[in-house]
Amino acid sequence: MKLLTHNMLTSHVKGVVKGYPLLIKATEVKVNEVEFNPQFVSRMIPKLEWTALVQAAQGLGHLNDLPNELVPDYEKNEEFLRKVHRVLLEVEVLEGCLQCPESGREFPISKGVPNMLLNEDET
Amino acid sequence: MASSCRRPEHMAPPEVFYNEDEARKYSQNSRMIEIQTQMSERAVELLNLPEDQSCFLLDVGCGSGLSGDYLSEEGHLWVGVDISTAMLDVALDREVEGDLLLSLQWLCNADKKTHSPPKRLYTFFSTLYSSLARGARAVFQIYPENSEQLELITAQAMKAGFTGGMVVDYPNSTKAKKFFLCLFAGVSGVLPKGLGTETVDRGVSSQVQFTGQR
Repeated sequence: MKLLTHNMLTSHVKGVVKGYPLLIKATEVKVNEVEFNPQFVSRMIPKLEWTALVQAAQGLGHLNDLPNELVPDYEKNEEFLRKVHRVLLEVEVLEGCLQCPESGREFPISKGVPNMLLNEDET
Repeated sequence: MASSCRRPEHMAPPEVFYNEDEARKYSQNSRMIEIQTQMSERAVELLNLPEDQSCFLLDVGCGSGLSGDYLSEEGHLWVGVDISTAMLDVALDREVEGDLLLSLQWLCNADKKTHSPPKRLYTFFSTLYSSLARGARAVFQIYPENSEQLELITAQAMKAGFTGGMVVDYPNSTKAKKFFLCLFAGVSGVLPKGLGTETVDRGVSSQVQFTGQR
């Protein structure tokens, strides 16, 4: 699971109002090289929950010097875009789980695939 | 009925039907791969994406990631979701480039007493609507069993806020006929024409338009 995906995942357990952001409890993390596309990263930034991204990256020990606040004019800042690229697309959680901040429900991550399926009584 | 036995959703729930044996077909059967790839190409065409721009796409029911391969070839990034672990395992074995999630169910089916297809479809479409960017498009290649099912699906999509409609490719051919549900979030767009519709009689449109005005 890439952090870009994590940034868009919510818990839908019955009764949960704000199942976001999911807490990452990782036991195995890998960094995979992905081709850098500055335009793509620039276009994704406005869609991100920046604080959630910073928190997630920090939790995994891959903050990569990301600032707490989004920098202005990031479109032209290649160095910054490269940092975001790394955190969003290259850091991958392979094993561990995601925890719903409200219900505490854990969603296992195995071989990099989060299992978001809920049981009958949770929907 | 003999014909209904051929529909996988009549045989078993998806997480059971798409077991390891079934999943293997999606990586080894060249005919299956060819059909899937062709449909992905058409679905991407219907998405009408901006040219020369890599986009972030959601592949709902990605299976072994055959459509994803095409998306990667086209320079897009994608996230795939599926209910079948076996299918996702095949995707992992094939080392697809997209990010995968285990989620979703077969939407029109009621395999258990507690399943309500309309409610489930509505939940699906409204969740999808809320996760799409304004002006985004969603395209679904579907195999409707009958007109009631087609109506049920489109009605729930409209109720969730989408506009759009059904594009039918090769409507006069039983073999080549394909249904694509094309949905627009936030803004209405122009529905593309179905392929192979030139010979269709006047008045019989290949596009089933419906309004999203409420």
